[in-house]
Amino acid sequence: MRERIYTRNIPDPTSTPNSRVLAKCLLIGWIIVSACGLLLAQQGWQQVPIPPLSSFKPQEPTRIQLPNGMVIFLQEDHELPLISATTLIKGGSSSEPAQKVGLISIYASTWRTSGTEKKTGDQLDDELESIAAKIETGGGVDTTSINFNCLKQNFDQVFADYLDVLEHPVFLEEKIALTKRRLETAIARRNDEIDSIANREAAKLGYGKDSPYGREIEYWTVAAVTRQDLLDWHTRHFAANNIIFGIVGDFDSKQMESRLRQAFGSLPKATPYDPPKIPVVGPKPGVYLAEKTDVNQSEIAMIGVGIRRDNPDYFAVRVMNEIFGGGFSSRLFKNLRSKQALAYSVGGGIGAGYNHPGLIDISMGTKSGSTAKAIAGLYQQIQDLLKNPPDETELKQAKDSILNGFIFAYDSPDKILGEQLTYELYGYPKDFLERFRGAVEKVTSADVHRVARKYIDQSKLAVLVVGNPKDFDKPLEEFGPVTKLDISIPTAPPRPVAAGGGR
Amino acid sequence: MSRVVRFSLSLLTALIASALVAQDVSSFEKKTHVKTLANGLAIVVCERHEAPVFSFYTHVDAGSAQDPKGETGMAHMFEHMAFKGTPTIGTTDYAAEQVALQREEATYLTLQRERLKRVGRDPKKIEQLEKEFVQAQEKADKYVKKNEFSEIVEGQGGQDMNAATGEDETSYFYSMPANRLQLWAYLESERFLHPVLREFYQERDVVFEERRMRTDSSPIGRMIEQFLATAYVAHPYRNPNVGWPSDLESLTRTDAQRFFDTYYVASNMTIAVVGDVKPDEVFTLAEKYFGRLPAKPKPEDLHTTEPLQVDERSITIPEPSQPIYLEGYHRPDYRDPDDAVYDGISDILSDGRTSRLYRSLVRDKKIAVTAVGFTDFPGVKYPTLFGFYAIPVQGHTTAELQTAFREEIERLKTRDVNDVELEMVKTRAKANLIRGLGENNGLAAQLAIYQARYGDWRELFYNIDRLQKVTKEDIRRVANKIFTPTNRTVAVVQTVKPAAPPSGPGGGQ
Repeated sequence: MRERIYTRNIPDPTSTPNSRVLAKCLLIGWIIVSACGLLLAQQGWQQVPIPPLSSFKPQEPTRIQLPNGMVIFLQEDHELPLISATTLIKGGSSSEPAQKVGLISIYASTWRTSGTEKKTGDQLDDELESIAAKIETGGGVDTTSINFNCLKQNFDQVFADYLDVLEHPVFLEEKIALTKRRLETAIARRNDEIDSIANREAAKLGYGKDSPYGREIEYWTVAAVTRQDLLDWHTRHFAANNIIFGIVGDFDSKQMESRLRQAFGSLPKATPYDPPKIPVVGPKPGVYLAEKTDVNQSEIAMIGVGIRRDNPDYFAVRVMNEIFGGGFSSRLFKNLRSKQALAYSVGGGIGAGYNHPGLIDISMGTKSGSTAKAIAGLYQQIQDLLKNPPDETELKQAKDSILNGFIFAYDSPDKILGEQLTYELYGYPKDFLERFRGAVEKVTSADVHRVARKYIDQSKLAVLVVGNPKDFDKPLEEFGPVTKLDISIPTAPPRPVAAGGGR
Repeated sequence: MSRVVRFSLSLLTALIASALVAQDVSSFEKKTHVKTLANGLAIVVCERHEAPVFSFYTHVDAGSAQDPKGETGMAHMFEHMAFKGTPTIGTTDYAAEQVALQREEATYLTLQRERLKRVGRDPKKIEQLEKEFVQAQEKADKYVKKNEFSEIVEGQGGQDMNAATGEDETSYFYSMPANRLQLWAYLESERFLHPVLREFYQERDVVFEERRMRTDSSPIGRMIEQFLATAYVAHPYRNPNVGWPSDLESLTRTDAQRFFDTYYVASNMTIAVVGDVKPDEVFTLAEKYFGRLPAKPKPEDLHTTEPLQVDERSITIPEPSQPIYLEGYHRPDYRDPDDAVYDGISDILSDGRTSRLYRSLVRDKKIAVTAVGFTDFPGVKYPTLFGFYAIPVQGHTTAELQTAFREEIERLKTRDVNDVELEMVKTRAKANLIRGLGENNGLAAQLAIYQARYGDWRELFYNIDRLQKVTKEDIRRVANKIFTPTNRTVAVVQTVKPAAPPSGPGGGQ
């Protein structure tokens, strides 16, 4: 089954409109003769033969699970003398305390840079840089991570350091202070660039300003994070049964496996990580304005609640997105950029998260003087999408784009490994990618129309505009009552007693 | 671990890495082939049979430095037009469309001439012409099949299709399933054999939106534009590559066609193809399709050389946003024998947490959140700049950053870098080269760029060899040569209006 999916031959395009063009040419006068000659001299693109794609069976990584619960993926890749690996530890910013937002950022930035009892982070920097190797730590919404990347001949040295950092972080105060300086500076600068305002406010509108998916780092939440918090986080989350490890590169799997069993076999087990249940209610519909006076372009974003990727509608949504706001051939790009020349940057669709709904985010940047026109244009595109199903040509174009480009989802061993780590983390079937292909093939025009109507409701969208209202073509009130967003940067938390202010 | 041990360790690994690089040049020579077509177009092919896909990179040896006088932004504008199709792609009726396009252009040129009149400009006539122009535009637009070129590429599985215009060069790239090699050769050659510059004036508005996004509405964008206009007085590096607003809004389709005719000639183009392809097959297809491009001489290069700077220049840009610091020093172009020395200096100053600027300004002095020194800004083909850029920690000033930069520069000029630092740079360069060989698209870009700039893709490897030969003395010598006050331009973004007052307790919406 798997083989067939990957080795499937892609049918040749069959239509030959060239003969039609030719016929038309013959009907019109002399001026066209030269153009006809041109057409005859070369063939249309449909005439270019497309042989079947050679069979390709990508190499799947080997999955093993240690008795302590740790999951390991090994993926050999002998092209270059390199080895890299990543450890995902369950638990990320979605479960950090509300009064300590930024904890994961600080944790991720100081874990590796602080080093261990044996070697300080600065010592590690010197040693690793001298062999052009990297060990780095990171933090995301659902995980923290630590990865390395080295030349094969340095594996022993790098892996020893890697294990030391993984198991014995020290979180030095000086590195915590350094990270806090960086975060405080970032807070002070968060209104300087228009896209950073738009991204932030869109997430706040979509998920709620107190949601772990929408809330912001503030001066006081950064200040509240202590070294003990970081140590506690590590103690709580670092356990074999909360870890997924993936390694790719120029090694022998058998040897590497025994090496890894030895290294990780004795890691302790703990109560499994229990991910937080985070309700997603969606935005309060309306028009929201964040004023910025030093710009001549508005950033517009229409925000709503999307879906999860394990939703059976995901595949139709993916096709719908391709039609509506995907690439150069999407409706938004064609109509609002190429035809109406209202934007350079335009796109969007229904977002799909692995473990929580993504956001509907339909956005564009347009000159201040065409802000209202652009909003009306986006509305028009949404209404068209909801009114009629896409025609067969559009559907075919979108499906062709996805299916003919499908090979790029698995054209390198590390991409395949990355997919498998993600599926393991979120409990998706390991053949999700193959299912995806089969399901996309079956999507019909009616499916696309159905999911568009099911998930997009213009009246439920929040319309965010970041820009300079004195230059707008029309007041935003044309589109409904306008809520002005206060984006000034607070230095102290709002007092809980003064409730009612927050939304 | 003591310094001595660390040093010998790194020497050892450097030796091993060095062997690896040598091996890679020879193994690369086996799978990398070059052919120059009769019309002058150079093709580099590198086999990588990891998966049935390939990437390509078309390099055109013309960038915004080639923008004609009064037409800044033209190279970039043309890049956008190269997605508009051909006589057979992007139109429902080319013959009728051509007539409509000619009418549109004639109307626009008349309108532009009238608008630019100093004496006797007739507002009524302008109004009339504007109306006619809009009508002519609408008429031509009726024949357009929107984005058909991109639609074909995407529908056939093309990935990451894009293009970029720099000061020096323009590039076009995407990846495709390997069975679409011939289709690619057809499409990419058609696009440069007879591009049809349809929707020119709509696209000009799109590009203007790009300018608003990247430059007008961004404090960093505004700063860079002002900085370059200050650092250069004669050379076109002084101009933004998106174009000055007044130039951009008066570019014409006629100008764009002229630009294309001059610079998009086969001898000025280099293409690299990397992936699951056979060189012979690529060369045969190249003959068949790209061989159709007319043979024309390579366009003459720029004459203008930036004159020697006579005194320090600086500009302070008042902004409502937070402060930023940037300074730059003139340096020679990439063909200079010291080119690798500049790479070495930049790496020692900026690469990673062991770099001097990170350790000094970020870690120890605690005055910056980012501090880097970088070579090759804004280009490489013509004498360019070595820059220093930093963002202060909240509460610290750009003056402190300036002082700290000057101290680090003084250190480079007066004291040798240590052996460990220099060795690190060399090892890192070799490892980075190896890491770059594992991706079709990145490799295609590198091969095309090196083939175009040096006439030999192997320079990608030799460049690393040159870096291996850089000495401590070279670094001091070069630092003393360019890091002088009269060779310097400084730009500072200064906050004029304090950030909006913090909202008081309870201040919500």
